[in-house]
Amino acid sequence: MTRDNLVSEVMNMKNEGCRFVTMSTVLTAEDAVDVLYHFEKDFEVTHLRLADQPLAEPVPSISGVYFCAMLAENELRDLFGMRFTGLVLDFNRTLFLDEEVTTVPLVNNCKITPTN
Amino acid sequence: MARTVIPFGPQHPVLPEPIHLKLVVEDEIVKEAVPALGYVHRGLEMLVAKRDYHQMIQVCERVCGICSMIHAVCYSQTIEEMMGIEVPKRAQVLRVIWSELHRMHSHLLWLGLFADAFGFEALFMQIWKIRERILDINEATAGNRVIVSVNVIGGVRADLNPEQRDWIESELKIIEKELKEIQSTVLNDYTVKARTVGKGILTYEQAWELGAAGPTLRGSGVKSDMRMLKYGGYKLLDFEPVVETAGDSWARAAVRFREVLQSIDLVRQAIAKIPRGDRDLAAKVKGNPEGEAFMRVEQPRGECVYYIKASGKKNLDRMRIRTPTFANVPPLLAMVPNCELADVPVIVLSIDPCISCTER
Repeated sequence: MTRDNLVSEVMNMKNEGCRFVTMSTVLTAEDAVDVLYHFEKDFEVTHLRLADQPLAEPVPSISGVYFCAMLAENELRDLFGMRFTGLVLDFNRTLFLDEEVTTVPLVNNCKITPTN
Repeated sequence: MARTVIPFGPQHPVLPEPIHLKLVVEDEIVKEAVPALGYVHRGLEMLVAKRDYHQMIQVCERVCGICSMIHAVCYSQTIEEMMGIEVPKRAQVLRVIWSELHRMHSHLLWLGLFADAFGFEALFMQIWKIRERILDINEATAGNRVIVSVNVIGGVRADLNPEQRDWIESELKIIEKELKEIQSTVLNDYTVKARTVGKGILTYEQAWELGAAGPTLRGSGVKSDMRMLKYGGYKLLDFEPVVETAGDSWARAAVRFREVLQSIDLVRQAIAKIPRGDRDLAAKVKGNPEGEAFMRVEQPRGECVYYIKASGKKNLDRMRIRTPTFANVPPLLAMVPNCELADVPVIVLSIDPCISCTER
């Protein structure tokens, strides 16, 4: 899966009647992550992977397809400094963190400004 | 009518933990709710960098005290799957017993708080009195009342002797009798129904699409319970999920009440399945985990998800936890619009919010 077809792949999952379970992110390099999208239907779990996504580049939000994904996306914005385009409810890195926090907890040596 | 924004929480008499909702109201009717979290975020997922994978069990147990056992089971199962560890049957069954005891005392804690939320103090005290017996069982069998800490990678560290098993069965008889005495009050009393029936409705379609979990999902008619996956000792037991169809606060309460009775049955089944000869409590663990694994179990509040990645070192590369309340916040935002302001506390409580879990 790529950033270009991410939303359409997720839309396919929704059209097949899948429930959004959650998203996970894992660092693959100092400045890149794998983003995993987990879905389920009839107790079978399907994982979609957006591999080696550079942290500096925004990812299309899937919250327009699954509204409930907005919490998971906001969490990743807090903890990894990821950015999402089209996020339906954007807490601007304050879902879990205070406004004055200027580091990204799960990425080493990464500092950002509160307005980033 | 002009719109007004009313803050609900983070400190509120019905909330045991802090969550804040910005309620947009017109007159006394809520039109919209926007959540604000972050009051108890501890960054526990970061601790994988500092604690080895054995020590992380204690961290996972402290994600949430009230469902600590099942967090530890989910974490252990994830590591065991990655390392190909075969957990002894005795340990699998014992994990079910302590897990279901946790479900019982968690649901009873919530039922008491729920009764307290709409001013039914006598019911609150009666339910918490029953709950004490379960905490006594935890203390007598594991040494702690809430965080029992019996899990290790590969099994458990505590056993139940025949006297303890008999005593648990006799306590369960008393708990069941006392629960059945208050059953009609919990489910049919005028006060309870007046505050819960038709309040905070979540339809079947909304529950599925918004990713609801646990009693919040089953209260809307969706037959989904991770114990149906037959993980661990559940594969040895007869199990059918409790489902209600009304989708309101009453339905969610009814699911939890019936699940307490169901858990009594599961503990009895599990005690009967404890192997007589085989006394192995834990498999030997060699090496370190490597690869990726994804695990789901059923906590009192619903489906709990662990995703772990490791590369053969003592410390894991990543541990991601998705707790059931995290999944139930978006459905809550769909329950509140068009309800009366006075019903908000009961509706918020009806998802059994666990904020420590949600924020980790």
